[in-house]
Amino acid sequence: MSELELWLLFLAVGLGTFALRLSFIQFHAQLRLPAVLNRALTYVPASVLAALVLPSVVNSGVDGELSLLSPRTLAALAAALVAWKTKNILFTLFSGMAVLWLLQSLG
Amino acid sequence: MQYTTGKEAFLAGVRALLPAAPGVIPFGLVTGVTAIEQGLSPLTTIGMTLLFFAGAAQMAALQLLRNDAFPLVIIVTALVINLRFLMYSASMAPHFARLPKRWTWPLSYVLSDQAYVLSILKFTEGRSGLYGHYFYAGAGISMWLTWQLAVMAGVFLGAEIPASWSLDFAIPLVFLALLVPSVRNSACLGAACVGGVVAVLAVDMAYNLGLLLASVCGICTGLVVERFQRRRPGRVISPVAGDTAAEDTTPAEKVTGEKAP
Repeated sequence: MSELELWLLFLAVGLGTFALRLSFIQFHAQLRLPAVLNRALTYVPASVLAALVLPSVVNSGVDGELSLLSPRTLAALAAALVAWKTKNILFTLFSGMAVLWLLQSLG
Repeated sequence: MQYTTGKEAFLAGVRALLPAAPGVIPFGLVTGVTAIEQGLSPLTTIGMTLLFFAGAAQMAALQLLRNDAFPLVIIVTALVINLRFLMYSASMAPHFARLPKRWTWPLSYVLSDQAYVLSILKFTEGRSGLYGHYFYAGAGISMWLTWQLAVMAGVFLGAEIPASWSLDFAIPLVFLALLVPSVRNSACLGAACVGGVVAVLAVDMAYNLGLLLASVCGICTGLVVERFQRRRPGRVISPVAGDTAAEDTTPAEKVTGEKAP
């Protein structure tokens, strides 16, 4: 993608995101969020984040093939445990990377 | 205690945000490093960060760029991830109702998960008084500054980090750190499981639509599980972020009591 195309892409996302943020703050009186959409929004983080995490952990084999017992899956499991116990991004990041480096140096 | 001046409220907002900063900085660093590894120039990365000001959407867009996804797919995916801002906007709106545009537009731009959570707690406690928007501005602007500086630091670190460190793995780890606390009940768990599995199965889908499809499937699963639970008596769905938004937006719903408390 060319530099110009990238900027246009980022501008589109930026304007769209600003519109989402401004929506109700600006048009409070005119807008109503449908109840079902409101409930749906509560499941956006869990769904999107899981969809971002899982493929980059288990599809890490050669040519993105599925590999369930790789250093990455084991490191991710360790990190998930740390995330659950500490709720801390930094600890999660370090423990996951440490387990990955350890397993890579052993294998 | 209510704030007596705007300055006092603004500084209280800054102080409230400080404990959240250590969680944001590594995420910003990784975002900056990833963008540079992706081949983006420092200037483009900074432009992207200014335009998005949304970490998860930024990371997802970078991942999709890496896979040469179709531009429209990148835009739609990023906006779906940012849909939560619609909810925050609805929840904040009544508190900003009397402010002019020179306040509301900049305040909207700096709307973030952290600034929202801190401010809505303050607002609903009724402790912000006349200067609530100053408190929010303090939290929002310091969050914005933290994020921009963290990404910029990542940009300048990025070139120095060797590939053997497998730093690309930091992306799923950061998302994982956000995912685990977002699973607050069985409906969220269902959403996460279906979203993750569909994303794995759809990884080779044309135009990289897999992420979008997986997210929609996950969201629908959450709604179905929630509906299923509500039919069973004695089951209480624990309150989630969405419920705060609902208080302000749908008075009719409050009357019917359809919402979990």
